[in-house]
Amino acid sequence: MHTIVAKAQLSPNVTRLDVSAPRIAQIRKAGQFVIVRRGEGAERIPLTIADSDAAAGTISLVIQAVGKSTKELVALAVGDSIKDIAGPLGHPTELIEKGHAVCVGGGVGTAVVHPIAQALSKIGVHVTSVIGGRSKEWVIYEPELRNIGDVVVCTDDGSYGRKGFVTQATEDLLKAGGVDIVYAVGPVMMMKALAELTRPYGVKTIVSLNPLMVDGTGMCGGCRVSVDGKAYFACVDGPEFDGHLVDFGQLADRGTTYREFEQEAAKRCADGDCRIGLSNKG
Amino acid sequence: MSTSNLTPKQRMQIARQEMPAQDPAVRRNNFGEVNLGMEAELAKLEAERCLQCRDPKCMKGCPVNVNIPRFLDLLTAGDMAGAANSLLSDNALPAVTGRVCPQETQCECECVRANRGSPVGIGYLERFVADWARSNQDAITLVNAAPKGKKVAVVGSGPAGLTAAGQLARRGYDVTVFEALHRAGGVLVYGIPEFRLPKKIVDQEVERLVQAGVKIECNVVVGRTYTVPELREQFDAIFIANGAGLPMFMNIPGEHYKGSYTANEYLTRVNLMAAYDPDSDTPIIKPRRVAVVGGGNVAMDAARTAQRMGAERVSIVYRRTKAEMPARAEEVHHAEEEGVAFDLLCAPVEIVANEKKWVTGLKCVRMELGAPDASGRRSPVAIPGSEFIIECDVVVSALGTRANPLLTQTCPDMKLDKRGNIVVDEKLMTSIPGVFAGGDIVRGAATVILAMGDGKRAAAAIDDYLMAKA
Ligand SMILES: Cc1cc2nc3c(=O)[nH]c(=O)nc-3n(C[C@H](O)[C@H](O)[C@H](O)COP(=O)(O)OP(=O)(O)OC[C@H]3O[C@@H](n4cnc5c(N)ncnc54)[C@H](O)[C@@H]3O)c2cc1C
Ligand SMILES: Cc1cc2nc3c(=O)[nH]c(=O)nc-3n(C[C@H](O)[C@H](O)[C@H](O)COP(=O)(O)OP(=O)(O)OC[C@H]3O[C@@H](n4cnc5c(N)ncnc54)[C@H](O)[C@@H]3O)c2cc1C
Ligand code: FES
Repeated sequence: MHTIVAKAQLSPNVTRLDVSAPRIAQIRKAGQFVIVRRGEGAERIPLTIADSDAAAGTISLVIQAVGKSTKELVALAVGDSIKDIAGPLGHPTELIEKGHAVCVGGGVGTAVVHPIAQALSKIGVHVTSVIGGRSKEWVIYEPELRNIGDVVVCTDDGSYGRKGFVTQATEDLLKAGGVDIVYAVGPVMMMKALAELTRPYGVKTIVSLNPLMVDGTGMCGGCRVSVDGKAYFACVDGPEFDGHLVDFGQLADRGTTYREFEQEAAKRCADGDCRIGLSNKG
Repeated sequence: MSTSNLTPKQRMQIARQEMPAQDPAVRRNNFGEVNLGMEAELAKLEAERCLQCRDPKCMKGCPVNVNIPRFLDLLTAGDMAGAANSLLSDNALPAVTGRVCPQETQCECECVRANRGSPVGIGYLERFVADWARSNQDAITLVNAAPKGKKVAVVGSGPAGLTAAGQLARRGYDVTVFEALHRAGGVLVYGIPEFRLPKKIVDQEVERLVQAGVKIECNVVVGRTYTVPELREQFDAIFIANGAGLPMFMNIPGEHYKGSYTANEYLTRVNLMAAYDPDSDTPIIKPRRVAVVGGGNVAMDAARTAQRMGAERVSIVYRRTKAEMPARAEEVHHAEEEGVAFDLLCAPVEIVANEKKWVTGLKCVRMELGAPDASGRRSPVAIPGSEFIIECDVVVSALGTRANPLLTQTCPDMKLDKRGNIVVDEKLMTSIPGVFAGGDIVRGAATVILAMGDGKRAAAAIDDYLMAKA
């Protein structure tokens, strides 16, 4: 059992939960994730470790409520607990040792890119974060990233920072030169666009893939992705790969496998047939 | 020495009793257990068929040397507690092995009665006695030795790990089992389906170990949460039994399409995550037509599961003939009874899909058996130009599994063979002193009972090792 010790709403549909998981808090590295199962009957879902406090024995999970499992998780209150958390899983991020890194986060991907930016800055790499959201209220992790390095905020509607997509802001940085590496985390299409953008500049681009997962230990093969024409298991070989070699089309296709089931589950949830009510104490 | 009044001649006259089973037409629509178990009278009658050979061949056929004549004799005499204690002292998970062992190639194939008629139904009787023991826990008198003050870690809670843990606890060790998944049991809970091995039975067997003092920590992925060298600092010895969980692919075009599953994923979704239960949050595709590639137990389980998930046509696609199938005979028989079709002498060449990337069929080529190879097996050869398509919306590939490198990658000092399996000596010790290994991670995908045999031998070897050091 993992108790929720703090909870914060970061944007209209993104919530941070600080959860007790002492061993994971102690050893986790940037880029790693956990598999979470809220309780009996719940799905096993992968979530990135956005931050940790080794002394307090807690990890931070930043969750975008998109479907049944994530909605039920963000409905938990401080004092509630999560039944199963396994990790830390996946390989830690491959960090460059010096130079200038651009960390691009789209939506909840900003929370995933945060630990990478944090780890880079700790070893002296100059970090510029390019983060985006639909509008001002959707931008997350801005203060934390400002503590680490430069930040460019982009909003689709221009309500905050520059108007436009993170790709445009990244392109300006590439044009200005001196970018040694790009780390990009966000929706599949954003990562694909960024990989295409950096390719002609010859700037290495690391992306964090988010295929459907079940066990997270390399046992089921459901998370297979195609990189450089070869099949890899994202849960054990990744989740980060060289964006210039990833087959994003395949990733996007496989991601829609359970769309009908998900819509059905979300509908049941909206109709009140959801465990949210049960999982809250109050 | 026999306690029965029947003469051998009278015993010879008793015919083999049949295992009562659910009607195939009914069971193909439910996940309830197929074999229903014998009533006491029937079981006693079947046990009477044992001739109590002075030199029991059946025991030699059993990888853990269960004293079969002894427990059958106690059963015939009506001493259920005696039979149960006898069986449990030889075999830690008899309710499991009684259901999933390939008896026809082990104990029952050595039974002298097999020469003239049918062998004694040893598997059915093992199950009978084990089920009695499950509901009569108080009658089990096996006790732990005095605490030895030493700690042993077991990695993996499949049959090898559970057996070792039970045996070590009985020998007085402080045992902790580390399991990557959220539930203990290994393949017994994520692979083998409910209708063949009810999960309640595995849970009860695990609970019995916990009662005997074994600690089980789930959600610990060794190689990530702790490495083997880290565990080595905290424990006096380690037994690694992490199985052979890495699925193999056909390496044909189209394996990434939606509707193409490995058997591990398909079975895990249905078994461990209970996707057959409408209340489960874990999704699964509910196909109309399914093609399952492979001829082993895993293929049979996937096919029969798909049948129960409501598919109209399920077929086993296998490149040889039924005679070469490695699955347990009873599983092939049950699959046939339930209406699973067999597309034999067919080899898949491509998975085809529609424009939305959903699987629509499996393209195969017909095969014929060629000349026998070095091992005497006739190997299949493709017939040129015989390609055809099996229409289906789901393809499940059950081609076997290999060693998962997750753990061994973080333990560079451990010697592995070419296929990534852990190399052990005759005492099951790896190249790292105090670290032992057994089950599928050493043998490659094998059987429940061989894994259990390794667990038993490793426990004895660990005991010897730690006592010699003490
Ligand atoms: C390594 C890894 C790390 C992740 N880290 C985070 C994280 O830190 N925070 C976070 O909010 N999410 C993260 N995700 C995604 C998260 O696991 C999914 O959003 C979640 O499983 C959806 O479950 P659900 O039942 O709520 O939604 P579902 O009902 O399953 O799906 C709802 C919608 O989300 C889409 N979706 C489902 N699964 C995924 C997925 N794996 N990736 C992207 N979209 C998906 C579906 O296509 C559908 O449109 C991560 C995924 C991976 C593989
Ligand atoms: C579908 C299916 C049907 C089968 N049917 C039969 C049958 O009818 N009869 C028969 O005799 N055999 C059958 N087998 C084979 C049999 O199940 C295996 O040979 C046996 O389970 C091997 O036991 P094991 O203890 O070595 O490993 P497993 O049962 O594979 O258990 C290994 C355990 O270790 C855990 N683990 C893996 N990696 C780690 C890690 N890094 N850290 C912590 N834990 C880890 C796994 O999650 C798992 O729980 C079947 C197999 C399958 C897949
Ligand atoms: S999630 Fe099952 S192998 Fe990666």
